[in-house]
Amino acid sequence: MKVDLSWIDYLIMLIYFIFVLGIGWFLRKFMKNANAFLEAGRAMPAWVAGLAFISTNLGALEVMGMTGSGMKYGMMTTHFYWIGAIPAMIFLALFMMPFYYGSKARSVPEFLKLRYDEKTRGLNAILFAVMTILASGISMYALAILMENVLGWDFNISLWISALIVLGYTYLGGLSSAIYNEVLQFFIIVIGLLPLAVLSLKDIGGWVGLKSKLAPIALSHGFAADTFTTTWKYSGHATSNPLGVEWFGILFGLGFVLSFGYWCTNFLIVQRAFAAESKTAARKVPLIGALPKMFIPFLIIVPGVIALALFNDPSKGFTLPLDASGKPIYDYTIIMLLKQYLPAGVLGLGITALLASFMSGMAGNVSAFNTVWTYDIYQSYIRPATGDEEGDGKHYLRVGRVATVFGILLSIASAYIASKFGNIMDFLQTIFSMINAPLFAVIFLGMFWKRTTGHAAFTGLLLGFIAALLHHGLTVPEGATTLVKGGWITVLHTYPVEMAQNFWTAIIAFGVSTVLTVSLSLLTRKLKSDKELKGLVYSLTPREIDDKSLPWYERPAGLAILVSVVAIVLTVIFW
Amino acid sequence: MVDIRIPIGLMFSIVGLIITVFGFFTMSDSGMYAKSLGINVNLLMGALMLVFGLFLLYLAYRKKKES
Repeated sequence: MKVDLSWIDYLIMLIYFIFVLGIGWFLRKFMKNANAFLEAGRAMPAWVAGLAFISTNLGALEVMGMTGSGMKYGMMTTHFYWIGAIPAMIFLALFMMPFYYGSKARSVPEFLKLRYDEKTRGLNAILFAVMTILASGISMYALAILMENVLGWDFNISLWISALIVLGYTYLGGLSSAIYNEVLQFFIIVIGLLPLAVLSLKDIGGWVGLKSKLAPIALSHGFAADTFTTTWKYSGHATSNPLGVEWFGILFGLGFVLSFGYWCTNFLIVQRAFAAESKTAARKVPLIGALPKMFIPFLIIVPGVIALALFNDPSKGFTLPLDASGKPIYDYTIIMLLKQYLPAGVLGLGITALLASFMSGMAGNVSAFNTVWTYDIYQSYIRPATGDEEGDGKHYLRVGRVATVFGILLSIASAYIASKFGNIMDFLQTIFSMINAPLFAVIFLGMFWKRTTGHAAFTGLLLGFIAALLHHGLTVPEGATTLVKGGWITVLHTYPVEMAQNFWTAIIAFGVSTVLTVSLSLLTRKLKSDKELKGLVYSLTPREIDDKSLPWYERPAGLAILVSVVAIVLTVIFW
Repeated sequence: MVDIRIPIGLMFSIVGLIITVFGFFTMSDSGMYAKSLGINVNLLMGALMLVFGLFLLYLAYRKKKES
């Protein structure tokens, strides 16, 4: 199952490395203070920030995971895009970005401080910092182990080299460098995976050929013949589709709670829009990102669906490595497809695309981590600003750079922990991913209900998180063999699949958090005056529309309509 | 700052050119392209990248001339 690379493949990778580091090198002279380094000087054009917005989400785990899920669940995996991302991105752009950007907050935790109070910020900042390091360590581990198993590269060398390259360009050019490189990486990922998508579809006989090849496989699983090539058609019952979730879980769990929690509150993503040059530009960022986002399934999910057909056709000679229990390792689907179809040359491009996806995700984590550390932890609790703007700017720039180095070193450490105690890391990541749903409840209520108080928000955030933990501790997906998957208190309920458990964990966290925040807000005294909340809460902010003179496609509302129409058309075509 | 289209355009032009040339010299190697269903993907993707890279450079050049 080893893939042999030739000199030309390595040459392409080398050129890519030179360019990403070169961009950092060129930008280093602009990094005069913390504002330039951590916020990119709020000077990014909308299209640059928009592509970076989508690229940072397109990390290695996303690419590997979505192709693997395509093979496991078929076209239903596109729910993670069309229903599980687009509505949230539109909502973020139109309704939340005016308050995020207008508040002048430099991070999501800082927004919580402005809207609520110090303790809410502190809680969120600390949880976020830990989650970011864990996530980047886990994806670094996943990449290094893939490179070791498939390309025969040494685990330690690929881990350190890829981490040091990301360190190099984020240390030199900060958020600007991360964003510029994310745009470059976005194009590499698209171009690098394009030949794979086209060749695999041609090989299987086009969409019609794929459908006919998948019909017997679906029937043998006890599903309807076209289950793997449709999205909503068999979502009436959890048992009639491979995802194991019915339409309500998909619509509310994935489409609302998980997706709004991720896209609207995850600072790693939102930070790209914060870097935009104006409020109108910031509002356009998620929408510009949404346009390519809708078509990414054709690059990474459809090849995974094709892999399912190839896997069941011995004449194609397509295999996947097996794990200890003899089950195929789905995360390897993408690289085994690259091996199957791409000759030397474009193969190097495909591998470079995987490296680029890893780096865009990791740089996103690092640049979000150093900002939260510098502004929300260091500046708030260790050394507050002195009032000397220039001196402070230089001081926090140094702190930001040191935080970048430490962030990378901690990620490397967590990658090694993941390699020794994979289960523990999976468990921690599952737990920390539970902070998003309560966070969305708290930020949403804060933006649209002026009565929401700091004490209520803090309690809602904390107890929503604890409710998610309890739900995870009391339920398991069917066939779970380790406590990592849940049921570590006792088992009260068994879900048919892990996905259903995840959806319900998020729904419960969101529900508990909303109910608590609302009821406690009514019981506690409002400590912030209406004047202090101006620009942070919908009803207290004067509506100013400054984009009337722009053509429709340059206005956030116009773009939002375009994005919605395309998403609806795609949903109907693949219903 | 720097127009991001310049480094991206440069990189795609250089890599595109290399892959195109490689595709050209491996044209007769049908064994190598059996994987890609007999299509010389290097020639096609190389040319596509080259065109894309040059297009970005052109856009950056036009912008620079304007200002």
